[in-house]
Amino acid sequence: MTITTLKLNLGPQHPSTHGVLRLLLELDGEKILSCEPDVGYLHRGMEKMAEKMSYIQYLPTVDRIDYLAGFFYSELLCRIIENATGIELPDKVRAIRVMLLELNRISSHLLWVGAFLMDLGAVSPFFYAFREREMILRFFEKLTGQRMMYNYFVFGGVRKDIEYLDDVNEIISVLPEKINDYEKIITENPIFLRRTEKKGVLEAGKAINYAITGVNLRASGIDYDYRNQDSLYKGFDFRTIVLEGKDAWARYKVRIMEMRESINIIKQALDYLKKAKPLEQHLIPPVNLKLPEGDYTAQIEAPRGLACCFVRSDGTDKPCRLKWRTGSYYSVNLLRELLVGEYLNDAIAVAGSLDIILPEVDK
Amino acid sequence: MNYLYFLYIEFLEKYNISKLFGDITFYFIPFCIIAAALLVVVLVLVLAERKLLGFFTQRKGPNRVGYWGVLQTVADAFKLLCKENVTPLHADRFLFNLAPILAFVPMFAALGILPYSAEFTFVNTRTNVILYLIFAVFPVLSIFLAGWASNNKYSLLGAMRSIAQVLSYELPIAFTVLSVIVLSSSMNLTDITLAQFSKFGITGWFVFPCILGFIIMFISILAELNRCPFDLPEAESELICGYNTEYSGMRFAIFYLSEYAMMFANSMFISILFLGGYLSPFGKYVSNSPFLIYFEQAFWLFLKAGILIFIMIWIRAALPRLASFDLLKFSWSILLPLSVINLFITVLIKMGGALC
Repeated sequence: MTITTLKLNLGPQHPSTHGVLRLLLELDGEKILSCEPDVGYLHRGMEKMAEKMSYIQYLPTVDRIDYLAGFFYSELLCRIIENATGIELPDKVRAIRVMLLELNRISSHLLWVGAFLMDLGAVSPFFYAFREREMILRFFEKLTGQRMMYNYFVFGGVRKDIEYLDDVNEIISVLPEKINDYEKIITENPIFLRRTEKKGVLEAGKAINYAITGVNLRASGIDYDYRNQDSLYKGFDFRTIVLEGKDAWARYKVRIMEMRESINIIKQALDYLKKAKPLEQHLIPPVNLKLPEGDYTAQIEAPRGLACCFVRSDGTDKPCRLKWRTGSYYSVNLLRELLVGEYLNDAIAVAGSLDIILPEVDK
Repeated sequence: MNYLYFLYIEFLEKYNISKLFGDITFYFIPFCIIAAALLVVVLVLVLAERKLLGFFTQRKGPNRVGYWGVLQTVADAFKLLCKENVTPLHADRFLFNLAPILAFVPMFAALGILPYSAEFTFVNTRTNVILYLIFAVFPVLSIFLAGWASNNKYSLLGAMRSIAQVLSYELPIAFTVLSVIVLSSSMNLTDITLAQFSKFGITGWFVFPCILGFIIMFISILAELNRCPFDLPEAESELICGYNTEYSGMRFAIFYLSEYAMMFANSMFISILFLGGYLSPFGKYVSNSPFLIYFEQAFWLFLKAGILIFIMIWIRAALPRLASFDLLKFSWSILLPLSVINLFITVLIKMGGALC
């Protein structure tokens, strides 16, 4: 008897691939025999585009690399320029940036919680998470004029002084309670536990081999968080969340705990900002900005793993080569191995737990 | 039905129309009543589900078409009517068109045999319960046909899951129904209802002697209806829409309609078996004219079914979907043994009652 397998094209248009990811699955019944991720459906040429643009022209576009965490990527580009020109950020700018980055991280994680539960078939948490995310986005909109593509950080500072601190105050006073609520309906839910515990186990060694960073790595028990070495976060007191679970549940739990930790950081930044004097910043004149010849890199701990930017300058006002390293790209690669042997509906849960955002993968 | 029948014959005799004509035409009346009631019920249920899900998730639900969104489902139905009926190129045309009809017909028949009140039982046979069980399983055939004929891999997977699910949840249902049959010593739904009568109202309901059976029944019915948390056959985030992925327009509407109508019918079925059917929970009826009592009885039945439906929607808002293997394991290794135990308990209760 010959065993025939079913070849299934999951995507590029599929409700739970969070964008346009195509997974070529080979199924035996519902069991996955092999998985071949196919990316590139959302490729916008972010890297090639940079070579035709001056740095200040390129700055507004980098938010679009990851539309859920735009601040992180503009921070990266700014950081490259600041490192190259050797400018020190004033303390207040640092506090503003840290606060906005962490708020952005929370909003990104909130969306993940909702979308993940949606993948598992629970409708309500999606709306609850969006309700809280909306508060953060409203604040961003008030401050920067944009809900997702902020273009707020500029080389050497921020576009304008921080305002609406009361909104932030309200957000961080409401959020811990709401996160408790999520935990009440999700974390110990027996069905949720059955769907996520021991599912998609990612051993530490494998995670390192696949260059996984961020939450997915920390949920596999490796203590690596770039924020600890980041000069931007100097003076802020926070814990690195590491869990030994290695499974989808651990990845969920790490994100929930990280949100609480982010609230902590925001509190510290907020306390500083409330007392701080009006902002005095010396911005780098962006017109005719030329980087000296050489290679520059910068990294940051984005919500979906370590994000790096590499710029090779040939002394002109445009980068000679610019390269982004994003967390999701490596997570997609991992699907090739992680999904094999799982059943289709567990596979959706596992893929969802890695927090893959396609614009970030395809760039 | 006799009361209505005599009213009808009398009415015809006034105009000198023969009794034979009356005998033949009379049986079209229940058909029309069910058809009309069905449309209203489904429209209300769909709206209720969307509104309630909205409230559970901090939204307003549909609120644009008509006052408070009441006409939303009407508008949706109209839109589906106007849409093109697409048949995929490589689909099995005959089976593809047959599947929605097969979903619709048994649901209609199932609604015909339920006792809505002492008078409104359109088809009353001695073994109503068995007949109902057969009609209730029938939709799975249409799901399978739809999945198979669509020539779509997602549909096929959905159909596959559906068959496995209904097969494994049909047995616990059969065993719990058996326990109710033992308690009431009858296979007729009207008799089962009447067996639950007591002067104090709810004390006679079968839910008390076999509470376990009620819970098993409710869970199994959820699974049979493909409702959350057992909605694997149409798991949106996995299989797009499961077996009805390829359906559009009116054919899709019929699937949708029969799904909600089946939900309504099954909740009424549970109410009849365990919650005293059309009997009043107070032991006596509020109205006193015989004609009004029939409507009051129907009201009680609908109210009980409505509460069960509310719980189903509530569960949908609260729980994630089960994993496919847990689903089968849960039925075979937990529900089935429990339902057998429940049967033994009810038999003991029955014997104890007979001895006393």
